[in-house]
Amino acid sequence: MELMATIRIALRAIARNKLRSCLTSLGIIIGVGAVIAMVALGQGAQHQVQQQIAAMGSNVLFVGSGTMNRGGVRLGWGNTKTLVYDDIAAIRRECPAVSLVAAGTGTSAQIVFGNDNWYTRITGTEPEYLDIRAWPLDEGTNFTQEDVQTAANVAVIGDTVRKNLFPATDPVGQTVRINSLPFRVIGVLSVKGSSVAMGNDQDDVIIMPYSTVQKKMNGTQWLAYAMVSAQSKEASFAAQSQIEGVLRDRHRIRQPQDDDFFVRNMADVADLYDQQTTVMTLLLAFIASISLIVGGIGIMNIMLVSVTERTREIGIRMAIGATEDDVRSQFLIESVILSAMGGAIGILSGLVASFLIPRVTGWPVSVSMIAILIAVLFSIAVGVFFGYYPARKAARLNPIEALRYE
Amino acid sequence: MATMTSTPAVAFSEKETAVPIRVEDVHKYYELGDTRVHALRGVSVEIAHGEFVAVMGASGSGKSTFMNILGCLDGPSSGKYLLEGTDVSLLNKRELAAIRNRKIGFVFQGFNLLSRTTALENAELPAIYARISEQERISRAKEALAMVGLADRAEHFPSQLSGGQQQRVAIARALVNRPAILLADEPTGNLDSRTSVEVMEIFQKLNQERGLTIVLVTHEHDIAQFAKRSLVFRDGKIRKDEPVVNRQIASDVLRTLPALED
Repeated sequence: MELMATIRIALRAIARNKLRSCLTSLGIIIGVGAVIAMVALGQGAQHQVQQQIAAMGSNVLFVGSGTMNRGGVRLGWGNTKTLVYDDIAAIRRECPAVSLVAAGTGTSAQIVFGNDNWYTRITGTEPEYLDIRAWPLDEGTNFTQEDVQTAANVAVIGDTVRKNLFPATDPVGQTVRINSLPFRVIGVLSVKGSSVAMGNDQDDVIIMPYSTVQKKMNGTQWLAYAMVSAQSKEASFAAQSQIEGVLRDRHRIRQPQDDDFFVRNMADVADLYDQQTTVMTLLLAFIASISLIVGGIGIMNIMLVSVTERTREIGIRMAIGATEDDVRSQFLIESVILSAMGGAIGILSGLVASFLIPRVTGWPVSVSMIAILIAVLFSIAVGVFFGYYPARKAARLNPIEALRYE
Repeated sequence: MATMTSTPAVAFSEKETAVPIRVEDVHKYYELGDTRVHALRGVSVEIAHGEFVAVMGASGSGKSTFMNILGCLDGPSSGKYLLEGTDVSLLNKRELAAIRNRKIGFVFQGFNLLSRTTALENAELPAIYARISEQERISRAKEALAMVGLADRAEHFPSQLSGGQQQRVAIARALVNRPAILLADEPTGNLDSRTSVEVMEIFQKLNQERGLTIVLVTHEHDIAQFAKRSLVFRDGKIRKDEPVVNRQIASDVLRTLPALED
């Protein structure tokens, strides 16, 4: 039987039971829609993470003073006293893949301005820090290398600190007290948001010269970490090994001794988060595709009912010359049309959902053409797979018995 | 067919003379658990081109089984059935479907039209399975409907037609692939007497004017009187095979019947 005639017969059978056909397709509609919307959500999250990592700088490396084995006692990171400013200077001097380096040390303190006070993190570093982190100032200026040399009492504050201490006044030029010492606020950082890696509020920070923190707050000589930017994303792996070489040399670490520092590469971190969000996307798509399979079972169920109901019709068709192939393809095409129709409406509903989700929940979405394609092919495959058994059942009917069927 | 091994001249004459239906000692039995139920117990009959045969018998006499075998819906358990010289028992399911489609036209007691499908589309259906082009299909279906006097009802659905009209659509459907044999299983069983005679008039006309070979199952003696020959079945065997005496001509009978008043 020619294809067009078969399709016309199938469409007529579908139109005969409009409500039933719609309900049958609903499973596929929901399945395809869910797959598209879920993958859009997953990919949206993935893109957001990628963007944040790119904003952080995928060429950024973090050098931390690391664990150390002292007579069997292993200390956590940041607890060794071996990373000093000379190391930073050596990295700057000896590592060609490195573009910028900023020493880093930190503490926390109560900050007082007028009647307000706020407890926050203090990052002691060098002027390059803001460049490495691609973190522009909202107003005011950054501190200078001269401020570092003189251990000046100057501070650049994050947006959260500004909100809490200066709800109404312009902070630039004001003096705050930290550990009873007066600090002049010279700049305000732009909003950075919460970090991808840690989830903490990056804007809840005060940045000042590392020397000021070392001498006036911590009273120490060592550093907790260094922020490094490589020449490029690709160069970050070369930068990592160069830094490791320089530091092992300077700290006289021989194999198989543990390093007393560690280097974390943002490219690695980016890959890690990429992997995590990919797994999440796949998981969402997998859960959504279960509803596609359930939809397919719905189609099979209805097709089986339909074959039984139309036993007599099948008998008539066979008596006047339909072959088994004719009958089988008629029912198969019917179930494929049902599922493909569901797929088409499913795409629409998936797109509508992808449009509504960010507006209602604020979650980012990114509609994937590949997900749409796969969902549609999968829905047609579901139609063939779950339509085959009922179609075969119809084709194998005995025409005499089918004709006698009431 | 036999043409493969014969010379063209012989093939031509063979084709012309091949008996439409030849049944040789056909048995049919069904296995029901341990018991074997005999439906046909050795039936032999030959039906020539242009014959109009009425098959009669009580229910259970084997006449339905006989018709199913003639219609290639069922095969004999033993014996031979030659349709236009072809041994049907040697054919596979696909070939049987093709024979039902092209060589045989079926008319059933219950009309067996597809509902919510117009008269034209119903009549067209066998031509779809014969893979005839759409244009040709429609013109043939219209022609067939005209033959049974329903040219003006082509776009009607079965539910909009009377029983007689529905049966005539079914006859048009049986004719659309221009078969040589028409098998009718109690075609008047669901019709009133006047409509029955009208249907018989169509059969007689097709038999007379087109030379269509017709085999008609009926249990009504009146209806059998319109055929040329009658076969009577009992207990799975043909008990009587004789020409119809006092054959009725439907068009004459119709003239004597009063028109039905609503």
